[in-house]
Amino acid sequence: MKVRLADIAHARSGDKADWVDFGLFAWNAAGYAVLAREVNAATVQAHFAAWLPGRVECWPLPNILAIKLVLRDALQGGGARNLRLDNLGKAMAGALLRMPIELSEAELAASQSPRVGWWP
Amino acid sequence: MAKTVRIASGLGFYGDSWEPVVASIERGGVCYVCSDHLAELTLAILQKDRQRDASLGYARDVVPMLMRLWPLMRERGTKFICNAGGLNPAGAAQALRVAFGTKSWKARIAVVSGDDVLAGLSAAGATFPHLFNGAPVEGVRERLVFANAYLGARPIVDALAQGADIVITGRVADAALFLAPLVHGFGWKLEDAASAADLAKLAQGLAVGHLLECSGQGSGGNFGSLGAWQAIPDLAHIGYPIAEVADDGSAVITKAPGSGGRVNFDTVRQQLLYEVHDPHAYLSPDVVLDMSTLALSDLGDDRVRLTGASGRARPEQLKVVAGFSDGHKAEVTWGFSWPDAMAKAQAAIEMVKSQLADKRLPHDELFVEYPGLNSAHGALAPLPADVGELNEVWVRLVLRTQVKAAADGFGRLFPWMGLSGPAYTCGLHGLHNSGELLGIWPTLIAREQVESKVRIEVIET
Repeated sequence: MKVRLADIAHARSGDKADWVDFGLFAWNAAGYAVLAREVNAATVQAHFAAWLPGRVECWPLPNILAIKLVLRDALQGGGARNLRLDNLGKAMAGALLRMPIELSEAELAASQSPRVGWWP
Repeated sequence: MAKTVRIASGLGFYGDSWEPVVASIERGGVCYVCSDHLAELTLAILQKDRQRDASLGYARDVVPMLMRLWPLMRERGTKFICNAGGLNPAGAAQALRVAFGTKSWKARIAVVSGDDVLAGLSAAGATFPHLFNGAPVEGVRERLVFANAYLGARPIVDALAQGADIVITGRVADAALFLAPLVHGFGWKLEDAASAADLAKLAQGLAVGHLLECSGQGSGGNFGSLGAWQAIPDLAHIGYPIAEVADDGSAVITKAPGSGGRVNFDTVRQQLLYEVHDPHAYLSPDVVLDMSTLALSDLGDDRVRLTGASGRARPEQLKVVAGFSDGHKAEVTWGFSWPDAMAKAQAAIEMVKSQLADKRLPHDELFVEYPGLNSAHGALAPLPADVGELNEVWVRLVLRTQVKAAADGFGRLFPWMGLSGPAYTCGLHGLHNSGELLGIWPTLIAREQVESKVRIEVIET
């Protein structure tokens, strides 16, 4: 089945000059296995291409169940010359979480709970 | 040697709230408050202040911040480290001296200077290639407005060794503000760190600094997620993160008891990777941090343990960020309502384009976006199926031009359309809303060219 990254992961974006970077995080090890399979430089680049066709770099970090991504040429040259309302790309992690991914129903359930960091 | 050092996060940017720091001081048992006032382009704002008044050029919020916090810090012996000096650390210290004088407060303030490298970048023949695209600085040299190197922890460590209660720097690596009191408190090796164990301590210290440098982003603020953010309690009274660091570098991230927000595996991870590129080589002036070996364990009750970061020897060169004038912008926003909201918005945009052509207003670009529809996610934001039935459409038109007069005149293209354009519009604003654009120039500089000029001056209030 197809879901959005938002259904199995959380994310934050930030800026350095003209590059936007993303931390993408699974809720648990099962979710990380899905991220590691579905999310790489090529799939993320294809997701952003209709809007921002810059090069994407990707670093998996299994030790913290996370994937680090950098999207180049994303801010019209940099935050202080970018004419967009979101001139620093702080809302762009939301655009990443829109990315469609493919997984099984069992994988979806296993990716959503338990959540390692949420104690009662 | 201290067994643990407890550090509180101060501000995360110029304009942030210092009220959460009160709880960290009163209930968090911290020995240091470290405060980051400088985002990548804050120096451009400070440069404009300094042009207007040579005594300015620093982050002015440090004065009211310390007027609020210093009485609480003084009675507990808490020290304060910040980069609020911006382009004028001596000016910041002088403003604090005057303010403390009105209360007869005594403090020993150390001022660190030497990060300003504008003269070096402006010198004829200097290349300082752009870190991302390799272009020589020559193309923007005449338009440079500031250029500052990121200093490391050393001058702050030295200032603390000289008994400073308050350390004010200009540009330093954000995380170095936090690494410095650990090096000072534990006597860690810094530039002479060579063994894996010594480098690992610095790497842990740098990771701690990175987790604390953005205030509430390290304790549940700005938690980007579908739904999960709603489980984070009482952001209105958020507690900024606090680190308890042991002399082997292992650390626990927490926050003041009774404060809002959340410190858990997830909130800490979002901050750990924030504005990081290659996580195997997070560069700083003091150590290169490898995040792929570290472990975060959630202890519950807003405590997350950080261990296992590894480090490599510091880079030969220091990073510089310079800013240069890069044209002007003017922006106008306007609302269109049902019926035909989108069609009328697009008709108005065409009228603006006709005006630009008729009046031959020089410009590079007319950028258009629709706040409420696509301004945050661009082409990745799907439009509703029936665009024709939208209740309202807002349009934001931004002109980019090299000519200041063209930017200043852009707003005058609009008012006549109030009576002679499409109907049922409202909220036209931005008739006098032009400003300067800045380009950013990241580059590298030889370490000795900067470090030989770093100075520490200690003043008493």
